[in-house]
Amino acid sequence: MAGLGVARAVGFVAPALLLVGVFLVFPALWTLYIGVTDYQLTGPAAAAPSAVGLDNFAAVLDDALFTNSLWLTALFVLGSAVVGQNALGFALAWLLRRVRPWLRRTTEGLVLLAWILPGPVVAYLWFAVLSRDGGTLGLLLDDPTTAWLVQYPMVSLVVFNVWRGTAFSMLLYTSALAAVPPSQLETARLVGANGWQAVRDVVFPHIRGHVLTNTLLISLWTANDFTPFLLTAGGPNHESEVLPVLIYRQALEGGRLGYASAMSSLLLVGNLVVALVYLRLLRRRA
Amino acid sequence: MGRTTAFVLVAVGVLVTGCLGGTTVEDPARNADAKDVTLTIVANAVSGGKNARGADWIANWVIPRFTEAQKAKGVTMAVRFEQSGTADEAFKTKVALDFKTGGGGDVVELDGIWLGEFAQAGQVKPLDDVVGKADVDAWDGWKQIPEAVQGLGRFEGKRYGVPMGTDGRVLYYNKKLFAQAGLPADWQPRSWDELLSAAAALKALPGVTPLQLNAGTAMGEATSMQGVLPALVGTGKPVHEDGKWQGATSGVKDVLGLYQRIYRDGLGDPVLQQEANGRDRSFRLFAEDKIGILLEGDYFWRSVVEPKNGVAKMADRDAAVGWALMPAQRPGAGVGGQDFVSMSGGGVRVVNPNSRFPKQAWEFMRFLNSAEAVKASLAGTAQITQRGDVNDEVLAGDPMLSFVADKVLPITRYRPGLADYPKVSAALQQATADVVAGKSPDDAAKAYQDALVKAVGEGSVATG
Amino acid sequence: MTPAWVVRRIGLYVLVAVVLAFFAVPVLWLASAPFDARPGLGLRWPDWTFANVATTFRHPYAVTSLVNSVLLCVVATAVTTVSAALAAYSLSRVRIPGRDALLYLLLLLSSVVTGTAAMVPIFVLMLQLGLIDSRFGTALVIAGGMLPAAIFILKDFVDSVPRSYEESARVFGASPGQVLGHVVLPVARPGVATILVWSFVNAWGNFLLPFLLLRDVGKQPAAVLLRTLQDEGGSADLAVIPVFSLLYSIPVVVLYLFVSKRYGFRFHGGIKS
Repeated sequence: MAGLGVARAVGFVAPALLLVGVFLVFPALWTLYIGVTDYQLTGPAAAAPSAVGLDNFAAVLDDALFTNSLWLTALFVLGSAVVGQNALGFALAWLLRRVRPWLRRTTEGLVLLAWILPGPVVAYLWFAVLSRDGGTLGLLLDDPTTAWLVQYPMVSLVVFNVWRGTAFSMLLYTSALAAVPPSQLETARLVGANGWQAVRDVVFPHIRGHVLTNTLLISLWTANDFTPFLLTAGGPNHESEVLPVLIYRQALEGGRLGYASAMSSLLLVGNLVVALVYLRLLRRRA
Repeated sequence: MGRTTAFVLVAVGVLVTGCLGGTTVEDPARNADAKDVTLTIVANAVSGGKNARGADWIANWVIPRFTEAQKAKGVTMAVRFEQSGTADEAFKTKVALDFKTGGGGDVVELDGIWLGEFAQAGQVKPLDDVVGKADVDAWDGWKQIPEAVQGLGRFEGKRYGVPMGTDGRVLYYNKKLFAQAGLPADWQPRSWDELLSAAAALKALPGVTPLQLNAGTAMGEATSMQGVLPALVGTGKPVHEDGKWQGATSGVKDVLGLYQRIYRDGLGDPVLQQEANGRDRSFRLFAEDKIGILLEGDYFWRSVVEPKNGVAKMADRDAAVGWALMPAQRPGAGVGGQDFVSMSGGGVRVVNPNSRFPKQAWEFMRFLNSAEAVKASLAGTAQITQRGDVNDEVLAGDPMLSFVADKVLPITRYRPGLADYPKVSAALQQATADVVAGKSPDDAAKAYQDALVKAVGEGSVATG
Repeated sequence: MTPAWVVRRIGLYVLVAVVLAFFAVPVLWLASAPFDARPGLGLRWPDWTFANVATTFRHPYAVTSLVNSVLLCVVATAVTTVSAALAAYSLSRVRIPGRDALLYLLLLLSSVVTGTAAMVPIFVLMLQLGLIDSRFGTALVIAGGMLPAAIFILKDFVDSVPRSYEESARVFGASPGQVLGHVVLPVARPGVATILVWSFVNAWGNFLLPFLLLRDVGKQPAAVLLRTLQDEGGSADLAVIPVFSLLYSIPVVVLYLFVSKRYGFRFHGGIKS
């Protein structure tokens, strides 16, 4: 117990455990329970909800909208988190080691700004970038007629999320790179390795754990991110309806809570699979 | 531990869902003689934001006067005003949660179209049950509310609430563009073909979108109210009739065909229909003389292109904006054999069955709907209210709104206030989105039929 | 200074400039639109005016909502940071079988609860606890949702604090509380600072929970108010929204600048797993 003592250890964990138990585990499990009922907010089914077993799950899996949004979510997570944020975050951490301190601070500051601004504000910022008339991107490309959020909704969302979330990866990789022994990098340079080779052979083995943890966290956050709703509301015609948006629309606009809960459960299962794959990779390393 | 948790959970779940399922109607006369009364009114309005005028009216006019009047009767009345002001669906969710848990305001403002859902859930009850039939019938205000408008507050023949006003939809057109295209200033199409031929004439003008008919899912209910449904009643049948929803009927196919002719032939801008703020954009484009014809509610006239305070001000509104009735597909082909059609909506105020003070809530409701209060709610502007006497007075100076009150309200239709309606509406919006995106009307109608059967069940869908 | 070196150097700076532009351009709207006489959703050189600022401050709930946001987020952040720090320390130093699996499970559940599907359970729960319309209660719910991730991240920081520090402190007779307060926390300070900013930022943007749980518009935070900023016609009120967005963004930026200056905002040693 490293001198902490069981009683004190329990005491330290207790507040967090209590909060998590009451405000997280309890409602989460209840949500899972709602997933097997035909619970609705209004209408006849609201008066007398009944358990329908796995019907919701069968209906969800048979729902073309769900399949569509599953695919979009995978695309969103892969494009913006696993590839986008990871790569840009690492590139920034790697490149900024060698530029002047003021430039590094400015860049890091801006990247972080994108991360800490509140979601609703960020949505307005990106409307201003992507809107059809007077949008910044249209001005820059001298193409004022393209409605980016309508014509390229998923690409827009991916780029947006890279902008929004890269800060976390950058911070994490900056600290990870600091832990790579400089002598090894120097050796790599002396034997004539180029930048990419040095990253692959010297840096990567050191930061593998970081890469995995980072990928897990940003994947989970991205998969559950609701901000796409503020930008496209899932449109046009469900073309950018990632799972959290679909669930929101089913629950709030459709009032079909049982159905939405079943979707949430499936999202949870998806998260679980991702986490297990990650744990597996991590264990293989150890 | 796992098993215990699961058990507790299921137990609580069953308990809660059991308790929340239904509410029993209590004695309407409870607390009727209370001297110390607190009432809460809930509305999707907030000072400084959405429906600010309504919010300010309740806070600054209604509440002070009502409490004052009660004081004179020896009752200490406190009225709380729970403001909201977010998206309608979010507000509805909040109200539903309130009703489900046995709470909520004593007087609640709802969109008329939600009434059926709440009624079917047992969350809202007929006024007769909540406050007592004698009291409800005794109100002299009913006489002032036209029969068609009272329908907004009815469900399955029973009175659930008092309407808060209504509206009507017409075709607005830009007279300047019409002149340039050689079209008459006093235009009134008599069929869809005449409507489209006017649009085709406007197409010759550079940079002008001839005709924008709301479509797609991004606009939500605006697509149904200012698009599909007015067109559908023009084919002779409303969306719901004899207990059945219209599936892939000839009427629905004709409506989708109309959409195809507009958006495939370049008469309307399909991209605008998919943008998240497409409707605002259509307002602005109309005000900038870039849209020729637009199907909109009277709200467009009094709040959008209104010269002083409108969202998309048109300084020359009175001279430049014309209006015409929406024609049926062919003369006489409209619902009820009509030549012209329209759709209407509006809000409803209900008394919460859980109210501790139903009699006082009803008294408050009567006060809210008194001629004096309704007039004050307009704050000097002209708008179609629920009361005929107020309309006669405030609409006199406005030709457009008088037109709606005199010509549109008699021919208009309301949406069926059924719990399934939002699903049907969503499916219709989806069908128009499909057509705008390039599907043929037949394919879109087929997909609509499938979605409809899934949503409401085969037995409730009419075909052919 | 070989030519190759110069080319690489130039390439590096061009690359950094592009990235800089990518991150800077969207933010420019916050600098221009609030002070534009005709603000729109698009970037342009403004017709300078302060009228929008005046309009915003005249809004009956603009200032109150920001105060509410601060209240809500300070409570949620304090609760999250303190209880996560305690729990992370304890979990880092005590071996419990299945500890990591439990943490992962909580992390996953937190994604369910932050979703909309959980709104009925949370609403009914808060109603039963009598915490509807309570800013404190709402802050607790928000904190509950953030705790697993906070513990997860903080535990890694604490793991990286060498045990030898603690042992020497203990040799000098420090109590476990003192060890945590005077030895572990100072070393893990950047981690705590990171969690502080992270949880504040998360709570600051939360819309759905405050919207459902706080009924009195005078108690609602800025995230909720921002969604009600419409003009009479129901369209976005562009006179107020840009200024309000700016005001709404300032506290998180100030907090970040303060924390990063005073405590450092880095994942020192950081998350290793």
